Amino acid sequence: MENQLTAEEITKREMEFDAKIAKGIVVEPKDWMPDRYRKQLLRMMSQHAHSEVVGMLPEGNWLTRAPSLMRKAVLLAKIQDEAGHGLYIYSAAETLGTDRAEMIDQLLSGHAKYSSIFNYPTLNWADMGAIGWLVDGAAIVNQTVLAKCSYGPYSRAMVRICKEENFHNKQGYQIMAYLMKGTKEQQEMAQDAMNRFWWPSLMMFGPHDTNSPNSGDLMKWKVKLQTNDDLRQRFIDRTVPQAEAIGLKIPDPDLKWNPQTRHYDFGEINWEEFNNVIKGNGPCNRLRMKQRRDAHENGAWVRSAALAYAEKHGK
Amino acid sequence: MTQQEALFNYSLRLGDNALVLAQRLCEWCGHGPVLEEDIAMSNMGLDLIGQSRGFYSYAALVEGKDRTEDDLAFLRNEREFFNRCMVEQPNYDFAATMMRSFLYGCLSYLQFRALTKSTDNTIAGLAEKSLKEVTYHVRHSSDWVIRLGDGTDESHQKAQTALDELWHFTNELFEMDESDEVLIKAGIACDLAALRNEWNAMIDEVLLKATLIKPSESGYQSKGGMKGMHTEHLGHLLSEMQFLPRAYPDAKW
Amino acid sequence: MSKSQEWPSWEVFTQNKNGEAHEHAGNVHAPDAEIALMNARDVYGRRQEAVNIWVVPSTAITASTPEDVGSFFDPANDKMYRWPNYFKTPDGIKQI
Repeated sequence: MENQLTAEEITKREMEFDAKIAKGIVVEPKDWMPDRYRKQLLRMMSQHAHSEVVGMLPEGNWLTRAPSLMRKAVLLAKIQDEAGHGLYIYSAAETLGTDRAEMIDQLLSGHAKYSSIFNYPTLNWADMGAIGWLVDGAAIVNQTVLAKCSYGPYSRAMVRICKEENFHNKQGYQIMAYLMKGTKEQQEMAQDAMNRFWWPSLMMFGPHDTNSPNSGDLMKWKVKLQTNDDLRQRFIDRTVPQAEAIGLKIPDPDLKWNPQTRHYDFGEINWEEFNNVIKGNGPCNRLRMKQRRDAHENGAWVRSAALAYAEKHGK
Repeated sequence: MTQQEALFNYSLRLGDNALVLAQRLCEWCGHGPVLEEDIAMSNMGLDLIGQSRGFYSYAALVEGKDRTEDDLAFLRNEREFFNRCMVEQPNYDFAATMMRSFLYGCLSYLQFRALTKSTDNTIAGLAEKSLKEVTYHVRHSSDWVIRLGDGTDESHQKAQTALDELWHFTNELFEMDESDEVLIKAGIACDLAALRNEWNAMIDEVLLKATLIKPSESGYQSKGGMKGMHTEHLGHLLSEMQFLPRAYPDAKW
Repeated sequence: MSKSQEWPSWEVFTQNKNGEAHEHAGNVHAPDAEIALMNARDVYGRRQEAVNIWVVPSTAITASTPEDVGSFFDPANDKMYRWPNYFKTPDGIKQI
């Protein structure tokens, strides 16, 4: 449809579109939208969906070693939710005209990104606590805002996901709290997980606003409603007291409460590490991609078998 | 053997079957052939973990020695696990996993259906809850056995191989011992031998639709899972599953 | 890598409680209706959200377009007499 419009008409429609967004009207799949809005949304949503699916792997690494039946059930339910969340978001993203198979192919061929956090290894049981508490905590801060974004299908998926995700955060914090009340070895385990996951969790909010090339348009279109730095600050402010309450130390010597700003000041993130992980040079980038590719390729015969059956039986 | 001992053994076994199969399904998590199926296998895994917790808790209560569900799951060795050897068989591929769920699920379905009439209220209650879950597992795995069997040449081959391999563990599904005898007399347990015809009928119906051939009865048949005689696979499954509670005996999680 | 052969998409509608209307929940991919139903149950019914589920091939849904809004829905604007409060009840009548 777009290519039938003259440049003038496009500009007019874009202005109407911007006005609509400014009024808080929600955009639905069949509504006209600027090409860049569609592309940016698709980029964000597919990255988000990929993150949910790749995010199953680091936790799946401990599922068969969960130390009690209750923890095993909770962890399995949580990872399963992540698969579900990936599915909701793929489903929402498909309304933009790209099917899931195409998005998955983009992931597996290395053309699409996913959250850098999942490129870190899970090395002890406390990492399950750290992921639920910190990683899901950071995700919730992000997603609560996204639930109010301008694209209807995305916002509705986020509402559903936020409802489900609070338990993820709580179970993670409970794992940490139990460990900190436990033996010396357990406390060390918890602190070790904290030390490894704190900074990568802060990186989940993305680069500083000054270095975030897409932020301007995304904010104007209400695809993003708050800046990376604001969300990061909100996460830190709510998480530090939780850490202190159970006796965990935040691995940041510069972290302290600032009574003037009424926020925590914190040290500089290692952006070199962040950029490296994003570029594919994190500790687990290759492993995660291999795991996803293997699952996909090993499942190919199953997917074709089911299609062949449906065809034979006219279903 | 006292009825109490028999009831302990019986509950423990049902718990072991559920837990070992759940542990196998957990191994799929994040690696399923398609996202929807990943979620489905996790759902079945969750049902089974729930079943194991129910039966272990009851076993611990009956035993009366202050053991917990976790003590029973994590602090027994492989010769002290009494599950059927079928459920400990590795996942191999999706066909083997679905075939295992199907063959075992059909037995489980019939057994729980019978146990809903148990004179022991706890067993009857657990059976009623489990029956609903297993009914779904049978539907899910049957649908897949049929689709794989009657899908492509490749999937047919894989499904037939899975059936041939797992068939060696089907006789054992019906083994009973003194615990069963004691409890059958008391109306608590059910006679597995009486379920065999119906089990065969369930299997035949699905295999027919799946265009798969039921293996002959003459090959090797495993024995003695319920006596703690297992295949080599169980030890590895347990060493992974039990690692943390064994490595940190004083810890609570 | 070859392009994946994807299962077709099905729209999922769940009835959350007995007596309520079905609501759109999202979609699943499945090779056929039976698997679609099971997938929908596993994906959209994990938290007791459903007592009944419909699955419909996504391609079977025809939706009105944003361009239709004017001709489809605006003509209802001037028909206020379809609402009961359009009509004033004479004084002294309590119920009608």
